[in-house]
Amino acid sequence: MSAPATWTIAGVRAALEAKRISARELAAEFYGRIDRRNSELNAYLTLSPERAYVQADKIDAAVARGDDLPPLAGVPMAIKDVISTRGVRTTCSSKMLENYVPAYDATAVERLEQAGAVLLGKTNCDEFAMGGSNENSAYGPVRNPVALDRVPGGSSGGSAAVVAAGLAVAALGTDTGGSIRQPGSFCGIPGLMPTYGRVSRYGLIAFASSLDKIGPLAGNVADAAAVLHVIAGHDENDSTSAAMPVPDYTAELEKSVKGLRIGVPEDYFGAGLDPEVKEKVEAGIAQLERLGCRRIPLQMPHTDYAIATYYIIATAEASSNLARYDGVRYGLRAPGGTLTEMYRQTRELGFGPEVKRRIMLGTYALSAGYYDAYYLRAQSVRALVARDFADAFQKVDAIVTPTAPTPAFKLGEKSSDPLEMYLADIYTVTGSLAGVPGISVPCGTTKAGLPVGMQIFGPHFGEGCVLQIGQAFEKARGPAN
Amino acid sequence: MAISREDVLRVAELAHLGLSPEEVEQYRNHLDAILNYIDKLNELDITNVTPMAQVIYAPATPGAEDSHPELREDIPRPCTIADVVLAGAPEAAKPFFRVPKVIER
Repeated sequence: MSAPATWTIAGVRAALEAKRISARELAAEFYGRIDRRNSELNAYLTLSPERAYVQADKIDAAVARGDDLPPLAGVPMAIKDVISTRGVRTTCSSKMLENYVPAYDATAVERLEQAGAVLLGKTNCDEFAMGGSNENSAYGPVRNPVALDRVPGGSSGGSAAVVAAGLAVAALGTDTGGSIRQPGSFCGIPGLMPTYGRVSRYGLIAFASSLDKIGPLAGNVADAAAVLHVIAGHDENDSTSAAMPVPDYTAELEKSVKGLRIGVPEDYFGAGLDPEVKEKVEAGIAQLERLGCRRIPLQMPHTDYAIATYYIIATAEASSNLARYDGVRYGLRAPGGTLTEMYRQTRELGFGPEVKRRIMLGTYALSAGYYDAYYLRAQSVRALVARDFADAFQKVDAIVTPTAPTPAFKLGEKSSDPLEMYLADIYTVTGSLAGVPGISVPCGTTKAGLPVGMQIFGPHFGEGCVLQIGQAFEKARGPAN
Repeated sequence: MAISREDVLRVAELAHLGLSPEEVEQYRNHLDAILNYIDKLNELDITNVTPMAQVIYAPATPGAEDSHPELREDIPRPCTIADVVLAGAPEAAKPFFRVPKVIER
């Protein structure tokens, strides 16, 4: 059997315009693929064929009328299951929300559909987006399509896996401490975390509100740019979404990278970095130099403190955000004689071990007597990490690092030691704390055939620049796998 | 170990989180290890650092009339999804959510 065709956003558009395929046929083709592969990958939790085919028929009617097609017309896409979809079950991969059906769409979802995208279904992830391996899902782990005995990364593991396996052309993920970039790296596809405030969080079920971002995972950099262009921009339903103009990211892709200053922080290449990953990322930087970029060594001295900072701030915010799951308004309710008993038992039954651990840690850090020592101190160190980035962007246009210290690890390999799992976020949490954008682009594979990702950070609202470098690198590199 | 069993129980109560005896012991070990790691933040001198209170990046726009264009007027709007929301609740009696009795507490 030959491999199924690889679709891109431009390819879908060309095929629809030439009437080589209809949007309905394309959706059916993807549902066929999902039928064949999903039981093995466990990447989709819920499919939404009714909604998908209604949308596909709208696109086909537009094609028949000869209308101008919207930018994502007919593009089969997947949505991470922490993002609300009206009428389509949204579980956050938690028992707590096993039967939760949102009454409204997230703004990002609404914008995708207005742009013509066909939403195939909801993807598995770590419970409430807490994890780096997708093993914290209440509905079982996702397998990495590149190597089935490996994790796909997390927390947006399902979104990365469906794109890498050709079960969606692109997907939305969310990134709090690396949850788009690291699974992109593990599955061998680009994944973009936008600037904090670039994409509305309305309808994103909150984990850590000062860190959560919605962004695209796609088969190539140009497709990630096209999806970002649709979902970016101010939203009156999210006062933290920036009232900044949205550039034409697709046009930015074609700009030359010649003369761009690429900062390489030596703090990201020290102990703990897998030698093969280091070699591939170094080769990627050398490739960028051949394209005319200038390599500038950097020091970012607070890098080593980022994980400790992140795990205080993220868990503190999570303990507050997840207080809403009390069995009253939605989701699970456990029987309990009194209100307090009902709260306790609902939360005991509904949350998995990692979510409980983070609620405990966050509650501890915010509790009387510990607030100054942990939370306030962490916010100060966060300011220092952000200053590292601000200082760096005085000297460089972008910062290039590994995305993760290792390639995809084996299922079960790290799940017994939570701290060990946290430490693997070392290169991604820094940018998350600073609020800057970052993309992971594939930069080769290890001898064992596992993908390696190279991370490119840009200054606030510098998505155009990181996409431009990602695109130039992708072109020069050739096909990833 | 810096974290006691009582600490764990106190935090669980604050978080309204029921824990089994095994979980209490497990979280005690995990919290201790994680907080021990987090203590490395004490290596830094933060005397002259202002804690970060806001991650929104808003570059100054010279001459801009509206310094916070992302904010809108707070005008009440009708909620059109109340019925759907109540239909999804564990127990509802329109227009309320129902909960166990709270009087005895």
